[in-house]
Amino acid sequence: MGVIIEGFVEASRLILTLDPEIVAITWLSLKVSVSAVVLGFILAMPIALALSFYNFPGKQFLVNIVNTLMGLPPVVVGLFVYLILSASGPLGFMQLLYSPAAMIIAQLIIVIPIIAAISYNSISSLDSRLKETAVSLGANNLQAMWLLIMEARKGIVTSIIAGFGAAISEVGAIFIVGGNIRFHTRALTTAIMLETRRGQFELAIALGIILLAMAFAVNIILTRYQARGIPR
Amino acid sequence: MKRTTLFVTVFSLLVVLGGIYAVMTPEEKILRLATTTSTYDSGLLDYIIPVFEEKYNIEVQIISVGTGQAITNGERGDVDVIMVHSPEAELKFIDKRYGIDRYCVMYNDFVIVGPAEDPAGIKGMNIKDAMGVISDQEAIFVSRGDDSGTHKKELKLWKASGMMPAGSWYLESGDGMGMTLQLASEKGAYTLTDRATFTFRKKTLDLEILVDGDIGLLNPYGIIAVNPDMHPSVDYESATDFIDWFKEPLTQQLIAQYRVDGEQLFTPLNGECIGG
Repeated sequence: MGVIIEGFVEASRLILTLDPEIVAITWLSLKVSVSAVVLGFILAMPIALALSFYNFPGKQFLVNIVNTLMGLPPVVVGLFVYLILSASGPLGFMQLLYSPAAMIIAQLIIVIPIIAAISYNSISSLDSRLKETAVSLGANNLQAMWLLIMEARKGIVTSIIAGFGAAISEVGAIFIVGGNIRFHTRALTTAIMLETRRGQFELAIALGIILLAMAFAVNIILTRYQARGIPR
Repeated sequence: MKRTTLFVTVFSLLVVLGGIYAVMTPEEKILRLATTTSTYDSGLLDYIIPVFEEKYNIEVQIISVGTGQAITNGERGDVDVIMVHSPEAELKFIDKRYGIDRYCVMYNDFVIVGPAEDPAGIKGMNIKDAMGVISDQEAIFVSRGDDSGTHKKELKLWKASGMMPAGSWYLESGDGMGMTLQLASEKGAYTLTDRATFTFRKKTLDLEILVDGDIGLLNPYGIIAVNPDMHPSVDYESATDFIDWFKEPLTQQLIAQYRVDGEQLFTPLNGECIGG
């Protein structure tokens, strides 16, 4: 119990004094995960819309695949991205391994199926007459799509929250492709792993508290959109 | 509609590539070092590396893993230089032409740690007898089980004592030295550890040193550059600067000076290799 209390004390101290290394680590975590979620959202929405808007053979199979990929083990994604980006791998010439860009790529792969699957679910569970009515009232396809997105925005924001949660708490993949390099690719989760390994439990707990606080703040911002709605 | 889909696809791809490019900020000279958890987690590298960075204006990026993974990183050309502790694996790495310019930097020693009550009664024994007694009595022993330098050493010690470790008393953590010590402490078990990591960690552990000082327990560290003939993308020039810097008397002195709780963790080798 003592360690946990000391962890809280240490966390307050690190936050209040704005310890430069901790600020850098927190900023990197935020930068990587937000980038992955923003890019993931841009890539996942077309998938979710295509699945809910069009009927084509093999659609159910595709939906099953997207749902399954939600459970992709991050560490496997990390290994896969490592082998692709390694100097001996197919994209080795890009020299992206052990960089924040590699961490974003790994998290992107984890985040896309989560956002696509949850968004698809919330769009496809809308009343099917909604689209038909809109079209019969003279809306074109694009306008109808926009209407569906607005109607399903609660679920879509939930998908972003879930995606961000998976990204910010992820450790296995970014450790393999980022290398946990100090001042360069060390994120909150990999720092927690390192400090646990080093037996610096107070510092590890403190970092965990900072991680939670940050995730909480991001969630509050996102949930505001969910409740109030986005201005049309 | 098709045009919209195409537009969305192209736009998304552009954004992704742009995002990746944006975080790929151009940097100054960088040296990538894959090393073992024992040199990094014990704080030694944080103590000495800034001196090198200052002098050569090269940023050293340290990836701290087990010896097995560090060597694989070198073989794949993902790092410029490696610092590991497994003479046999180091020589194999050089034989396969992946590594060149090996320099024997320093050593510390391995010790057997266990609970203070010492249920198997191995305190003060030589390493061969101690391993035999642990195995005979099936006292709980935690192995790294991760192909690290420490794991390789442990397997060699079992072999030398004529024992085959197997059974419910033999646990493989598959983790770094710090976590393995933690596991041994929680289970009241024995384990083989390098002295540096144990000294650094002992405050949070219910373990003490029971067997040490045996010539068979020396633990030498070597530094090896990745061969640029095998991987033209590596920064051989910086790696050479790095290895040359380790040869300087001042650096060797710095290594000897590093203390945790008043204890010296590593002893300089000045290029004299032991155990191959």
